[in-house]
Amino acid sequence: MKNDFRARIHPAWWAFALHRASGVLLALFLPAHFWLLGHALQSAAALDDVLQWTALPVVKFAETGLVLLLAAHMTGGIRLLMIEFLPWREWQKTLLALAAGASVAIGLAFALNVF
Amino acid sequence: MSNEKPAATGAGSGASRAALNVRVWRGAGEGSFQTYEVPRQESQTVLDVVTHIQRVIDPSLSYRFACRVGVCGSCAMNVNGKARWTCRTHVEKVAADGNLEIAPLSNLPVIKDLVTDMKEFFDKWARARGRFAGARTRDDDFARVMPDSPQRRNVDAGIECIGCGACYSACDVVQSNPAYLGPAALNRAWTLHNDVRDVMRVERLASVAGDAGCHACHTHTSCSERCPKQISPTLGIAGLKRAAAVAALSGEI
Repeated sequence: MKNDFRARIHPAWWAFALHRASGVLLALFLPAHFWLLGHALQSAAALDDVLQWTALPVVKFAETGLVLLLAAHMTGGIRLLMIEFLPWREWQKTLLALAAGASVAIGLAFALNVF
Repeated sequence: MSNEKPAATGAGSGASRAALNVRVWRGAGEGSFQTYEVPRQESQTVLDVVTHIQRVIDPSLSYRFACRVGVCGSCAMNVNGKARWTCRTHVEKVAADGNLEIAPLSNLPVIKDLVTDMKEFFDKWARARGRFAGARTRDDDFARVMPDSPQRRNVDAGIECIGCGACYSACDVVQSNPAYLGPAALNRAWTLHNDVRDVMRVERLASVAGDAGCHACHTHTSCSERCPKQISPTLGIAGLKRAAAVAALSGEI
């Protein structure tokens, strides 16, 4: 028999799911990132043309999402490193909360900055 | 402990609070859930419910238990989708609404109904070198292990495993990689790794450091969530990862 969602309803599994999903989404974003940076190889003007596009509110909104993903992936990764190198069991759920809180704080700070 | 009484099932039990609606897996790999109505009793455990079905309603139901007090590790099953020791799981805690779903443990072949084949589970303990290997003989003095030494504390944290298989059933890595040694075998390896009398430390680290070993753990911590003895195999697996990394860097394995 195989487990269904009921075996996975606990915070550490959600943290894994978020870590995996943010990693996949960030990997999918990378080609766009390199495409954008590629314009800098042509000329400063070419890069500026594309960067103007980032002034659109919808792009800013998407960027905020990206920063959230990056923050979630980074804090999730730090949490894993802490579990593996400082293995105190009592820490785990506190670490989850810290990782989630730090991700949201970083995302909000970015949103405040761009809007 | 329940006071089992033969009770008429179905007939006359109009009040839903007086009866539990129990879905039980019947069959082997191919099978289906069958529904039974079981009278509700005070301090009833999930094992009491299964026992009632087998003794009163359907004697053909197969399940496994022995001690009924959380020592032997035989009676673990999936209760409402979560692996639990059924003898010490109170119905009121897991089925407040009166609905129970009881299935065999996941990630193990089902022999019949609620009975799984635990062979692979225990073979993996052997593959993880889960056996103590000492160098002393009966002519030597006793080994002295300080109770407050870090190693002894690590052993204390993991030694109470009863081998019920709840962690193994809950583990997603076992599901996706059937060769994975699993939380219980690795927890056992970790307690022996911390046993200062043991002389197989390097060989054991080599056994648990492969693709199917400690490094395959994704830190879902479902094992630690489900362990009825509150052991954290995740902690031991993390310790094995560090020890294996240090041993690899120093050329021991």
